[in-house]
Amino acid sequence: MSQTTELPTLTKKDLTSDQEVRWCPGCGDYAILSTVQSVVPELGGPREDLVFVSGIGCSSRFPYYMDTYGVHSIHGRAPAIASGISASRPDLKVFVMTGDGDALSIGGNHLIHALRRNVNLTIVMFNNQIYGLTKGQYSPTSELGKITKSTPAGSVDHPFNPVSVALGAEASFVARSIDNERAHLSEVLRRAAEHEGTAFVEVYQNCNIFNDGAFDAVRGNKEQQIRLEHGEPIRFGADGERGVALAGTGELTLVDVAAVGEDALLVHDAHREDPGLAFMLSRLAHTPTGPTPIGIFREVSRPVYGQALQAQIDDAIARRGPGDLAELITGRDSWEV
Amino acid sequence: MTKTAEKVDTVTIRFAGDSGDGMQLTGTRFTSATAAIGNDLATLPDFPAEIRAPAGSLPGVSGFQLHFADHDILTPGDDPDVLVAMNPAALKANLGDLAPGATVILNADAFTSQNLKKARYAADPREDGSLEQVRVVEVPITTLTVGALEDVPDLNKKQKQRAKNMFALGLMSWMYSRPTAPTLEWLREKFASQPTVAEANIAAFEAGWNYGETTEVFDHRYEVAPAQLPSGRYRQITGNLALSYGLVAAADRAGLRLFLGGYPITPASDVLHELARHKSFGVQTFQAEDEIAGIGTALGASFAGQLGATVTSGPGIALKAETIGLAIAVELPLLVLNVQRGGPSTGLPTKTEQADLFQAVFGRNGEAPLPVIAAATPGDCFHTAIEGARLALRYRTPVIVLSDGYLANGAEPWRVPDVDDLPDLRDDAAFTTEPNGPDGEFLPFLRDEATLGRPWAVPGTPGLEHRIGGLEKAEGTGNISYDPDNHHRMTELRQAKVDRIADDIPPLEVDEGEGPGPRLLVLGWGSTYGPVAAAVRAARREGHAVAHAHLRHLNPFPANLGEVLARYDRVLVPEMNLGQLRTLLRARYLVDVQGYNRVRGLPFTTRELVEAIAAQLTDVDADR
Repeated sequence: MSQTTELPTLTKKDLTSDQEVRWCPGCGDYAILSTVQSVVPELGGPREDLVFVSGIGCSSRFPYYMDTYGVHSIHGRAPAIASGISASRPDLKVFVMTGDGDALSIGGNHLIHALRRNVNLTIVMFNNQIYGLTKGQYSPTSELGKITKSTPAGSVDHPFNPVSVALGAEASFVARSIDNERAHLSEVLRRAAEHEGTAFVEVYQNCNIFNDGAFDAVRGNKEQQIRLEHGEPIRFGADGERGVALAGTGELTLVDVAAVGEDALLVHDAHREDPGLAFMLSRLAHTPTGPTPIGIFREVSRPVYGQALQAQIDDAIARRGPGDLAELITGRDSWEV
Repeated sequence: MTKTAEKVDTVTIRFAGDSGDGMQLTGTRFTSATAAIGNDLATLPDFPAEIRAPAGSLPGVSGFQLHFADHDILTPGDDPDVLVAMNPAALKANLGDLAPGATVILNADAFTSQNLKKARYAADPREDGSLEQVRVVEVPITTLTVGALEDVPDLNKKQKQRAKNMFALGLMSWMYSRPTAPTLEWLREKFASQPTVAEANIAAFEAGWNYGETTEVFDHRYEVAPAQLPSGRYRQITGNLALSYGLVAAADRAGLRLFLGGYPITPASDVLHELARHKSFGVQTFQAEDEIAGIGTALGASFAGQLGATVTSGPGIALKAETIGLAIAVELPLLVLNVQRGGPSTGLPTKTEQADLFQAVFGRNGEAPLPVIAAATPGDCFHTAIEGARLALRYRTPVIVLSDGYLANGAEPWRVPDVDDLPDLRDDAAFTTEPNGPDGEFLPFLRDEATLGRPWAVPGTPGLEHRIGGLEKAEGTGNISYDPDNHHRMTELRQAKVDRIADDIPPLEVDEGEGPGPRLLVLGWGSTYGPVAAAVRAARREGHAVAHAHLRHLNPFPANLGEVLARYDRVLVPEMNLGQLRTLLRARYLVDVQGYNRVRGLPFTTRELVEAIAAQLTDVDADR
């Protein structure tokens, strides 16, 4: 991780807009907003180069509370609009603030294509496993059997695991954190924002009105949190007594460290070219009820879309010189009357 | 011995064959040679949506019609004087369009029993009298082509047969005295990496030419003298090419970079292809994952300070509607190009229609006004794109620019404008760099008093950080507002901004012709310009008094339109839809506008419009 040598010139206050925050009291979004406002100044860039783009939903009100450039756009379309901003202006730092319905349901197509293109974007997806703004319907991350207004007999809809989706789309940076675990979230967001290309961060976010306690099994619970650290053996539990190992079948298993020995544990490598192992890690917990990995699953370097596009333009100008409009419209076959 | 040449003033020819026969290429080449001579011309490519329908079948027939003349012409011609039919299906599909006395050149080799069956001919049309009304010239084109290529090495018979379109081109080039040098040069260049293929095509072309010159089948050839067009430098151009160049020119004149977000769709994809080639102009093209992302990236690019544009056809506009609404709400410049095709739904992808006018004017939720303009001719697509950019930039609004399949693929000679004569858009494109509020704050929705446009402050500008979005905004600050009176005021302001454009566009000009004041006005829009103007000319030659006007601006209308409509006893609006402009005019001006409406996927013929005009004139006289 690169550490900026310049002192941060911005403060949290500089990024706080004059708009009254209108999330429900107790919503996990407050903690995420506060953390983002603290982390972004540490990135070191000027405020005017920051752009926050969102879709529609509770989380998508986010840009109004940031005193930066911002677009509160259309349900699901934030990755597309942000891609246009980022691809045409590689000098800007563009964030996409989105939710599970916005990013994975109506906007699923834009999300996977932004991830595969590797546009320079930091996508922060607030996953509360529910539609909040429309008052409590099940979402594409809601667990099977979920009883909501639109599923009174329980959901029969198989949910997405957002990290699996992002890895399946070969995202170059994929991470997961939790709304009120400030130190962890800060570190993950900082690394995501510093990543070149598309960074995808799933944040477990509590909706205390429509889906309270959805992540309680994992939140603040060392027994259930598998904290991924690059280069470290993967262990968890109150005293790290449990771990993750690669079984002979080629699958990952949860093991007792004492029983198998530390050398048998899988060492987390976020920089592996192949996303297969990271995908297997994401499958350890399809829904956050048992031991669940958080942290950075994948962090690799791939060509960045906006830079590659600009390089083609620079190359064309270097080879042919800047375009001449009169020459272009006259063409090669013209005649005088 | 050189055969004599008969001078004629106008000719319409049609090449027709299988979609794999290279008829579009043949037609395009003939067009280039015709343009080089200095004839005026207009073309009508007509091809199926299927890339290769079954060979020899009726759905697989592809045609290319070209009208050229020694004078100024406006349409691709009603009936072909000559049809080149490469197989029975091509004959069957096109025979009905021929006037008695027309010449049909048949590839006799293709009239096998199998091909006749594929074309659903019960009997050979050459023998059952169905060709009595036309002059038939049978040429064994395939055999002659293969024979001419006898000495070309390394090609099998099938590959040799493939050059038969060049034989047909050579024969027609001889028949109409087209220069051969440009075609030969073009073939050498096109197949530079495959010298054998170049040699084969050249040999076939020359064989076709020599066949005309030496056989007794053709006793003379034709000449069409150059047309007397206004002086200047000319080139041949299609609508899609002109649209592409118009976008590049608009960005250049605005001092902005062009960003095109698009998704492949017929018949608009060529604009994406063309713009992708012009990176040395700083043009960015983004082939998105869908139509929605196409316009989404373009709007994002506009927010970031580029000239954002998206290009599509009707079904794509349907998908983009929500983002167009957002662009209206956030009041950013954006160009939305719709190369219309037959609808609804997938409709007729490769055929022309102008039935998206309602969609352009009304097709969004809420009160969502935006300017709509339409191009009249292939070359006019260039200037219309620039006008679209002017309105978008000056008024900070999305603009819909309408073209259609006929303009997109049709070609005409185009007088290349002097770049310095194009509008200077730099003032309209100027970014805001300083706070505009009374207390040194930035008010993103404080409007320009003259245009009602709002400031364009792009990311990267210190001190002007602001948020925009689809929720209703308070006047001035742009903060979210649910205030009832504010919403009413903002709705009126967005409408007033678009309405105000009426004072910034030229009044509608009417061509009344010479002689007594006409009582009938024929009013067109979009690609009907050519056929309508040609029909008005023809009607006047028959002694009728007819006025003609053509609308480029469809929303808002020119300020004098109501007064113009009121001047005439009758107004006729021919449209390739069921009366969309007519409905708008009737609603707005309470004038009993009459329509002539056909949606056949083809441009109007001059003849049908002359008849429609005559019918209206009869009615006017009856009302007297």
